[in-house]
Amino acid sequence: MHHVIVGAGPAGVIAAETLRRKSLVDSITIIGNEPYPAYSRMAIPYLLAGDVAEEGTYLRHAENHFSDLEIDIRNESVTAVAPADKSVSLSNGESVAYDRLLLATGASAIRPPISGMDSPRVHNCWTLSDAHKLLNDVNAGDRVVLLGAGFIGCIVLQALVEMKLDLTVIELADRMLARMMDDPGGRMIKTWCEAKGVRVRTGAEAKAVEEKDGTLEITLGDGSSIAADHIVCAAGVRSNIDFISGSGINTDHGILVDNHLQTNIEGIYAAGDVAQGPDLSTGEQQVHAIQPTASEHGRIAGSQMAGEAVPYGGSLSMNVLNTLGLITSSFGLWDGVDGGERVASEDQAYNRYLRLEFRDDVLIGALAIGLTQHVGILRGLVQTGVRLGAWKQRLMNDPSQIMHAYLACVQGSRA
Amino acid sequence: MYKSLLIDPAKCTSCLQCELACSFENEGLFNPAKSRIKVFEFEHGLTTIPYTCTQCEEAWCLHACPVEAITVNPNTGAKEVSDSICVGCKVCTIACPFGTVNYNSSTGKVMKCDLCGGDPQCAEVCPTGAIVYVDSDWTGYSKMRDSALEAHA
Repeated sequence: MHHVIVGAGPAGVIAAETLRRKSLVDSITIIGNEPYPAYSRMAIPYLLAGDVAEEGTYLRHAENHFSDLEIDIRNESVTAVAPADKSVSLSNGESVAYDRLLLATGASAIRPPISGMDSPRVHNCWTLSDAHKLLNDVNAGDRVVLLGAGFIGCIVLQALVEMKLDLTVIELADRMLARMMDDPGGRMIKTWCEAKGVRVRTGAEAKAVEEKDGTLEITLGDGSSIAADHIVCAAGVRSNIDFISGSGINTDHGILVDNHLQTNIEGIYAAGDVAQGPDLSTGEQQVHAIQPTASEHGRIAGSQMAGEAVPYGGSLSMNVLNTLGLITSSFGLWDGVDGGERVASEDQAYNRYLRLEFRDDVLIGALAIGLTQHVGILRGLVQTGVRLGAWKQRLMNDPSQIMHAYLACVQGSRA
Repeated sequence: MYKSLLIDPAKCTSCLQCELACSFENEGLFNPAKSRIKVFEFEHGLTTIPYTCTQCEEAWCLHACPVEAITVNPNTGAKEVSDSICVGCKVCTIACPFGTVNYNSSTGKVMKCDLCGGDPQCAEVCPTGAIVYVDSDWTGYSKMRDSALEAHA
């Protein structure tokens, strides 16, 4: 049995390791298209900030990790999948046969469709190559415009500040972190960033970029303009699905997979940022594009490919992020559901915020700012769907009792 | 057979010596806020519950780590954070459904119970036997874990 895994990010690597644990005899090949050892995009901001060297971004550290596991890693691009022949085509013209195939090709950074974005002074911040180019081209004190203040933008923001750049953030949405934070939380983060000397313009659309004598001029929707030496683009990512067009594998935003992470074609699976799989909260197929889902997908896909059925109800959407020292996290249906109830407590003086969303007496989502101790219990409560009983009303009165509610309801401690 | 921390809240008097011993052993200072074990009080102290990592088999933190900074100590079974590899991304802190991995803003890394390398100081100093370090089978942690997770397997 030959397992071919396309993509050498967390999902692909964890799937290969899981497969090897379940089967000592099967052949396993990972095909990755970046010229580096398997690495983690999550770690790139820390490379930019100078906290770690390139090696610090690698997924595995033992020198012979993959060869010891008899996992063959190849550096090639897969250009097409032919399910009828059970083979994939490589850019060098070769084709590789598979018995089972995992597509874990991740996502790519996208740029807003405006003029001037092809300038070499416009950078992405998604791959190791992007990071090396940015470190090479940008110097302390340079004027930099960060396009996008979503999850990735805000992680990059921290790194750009540590690089001592003169930073302006432009965000199209009406608040920072629009997809993982509500209005009060988004306002708190914006105020925090501004207090740290970062200019933040929300509800601002970049309309055009023009390069004159080594300076970029960014024109905004309101007619104003900003001069900058560089633009860092964090305007979002898109699943890498183009290479399977015409293969018969069903796609939407990503590759559609079921509760076994299998596509519509038997023996072909997808995992990680490219997979549009079941969301635990809604049951609908979503592209999460987050590390916890990628690692979960990797383990489940690896088990399935080894012939072991794994019960899997979907992954929980969640995020955690440090914006210049302000720690933010979000879990599940943090924006609530029809007929649900919510409670929020906000302490602007101490930059703390906690919002809990319930359906009946079950926690279905949460947002937190400034919470770093025992924050994982929010996942525990949402994921287990445990009934809170009398604790629901106590939390409605005082959400800060969440850890006590968890101990009482999940760990079964008397209270 | 690995040993585990067996916690009996009924014996806990909330003296907090476990928190002090933990923070001193691991961070070099007597500061409960830096302890990896935490005593929670209910009913104004009538019931107190020491709470820390159970070194669960699922090892959610280890699997979620993007840079292999969390590994299993083969001698103790503890899931240990390597400060030199941890980048401080905090994904493990939200991945652990038990909430027992915490971000340490002083170091910019995460911290969790590592069983003090096989000589857990919380158990060492506990004066009432509310925290003891014994063979895993005695702890009932697997039961606790199962009840916590079966609702959404």
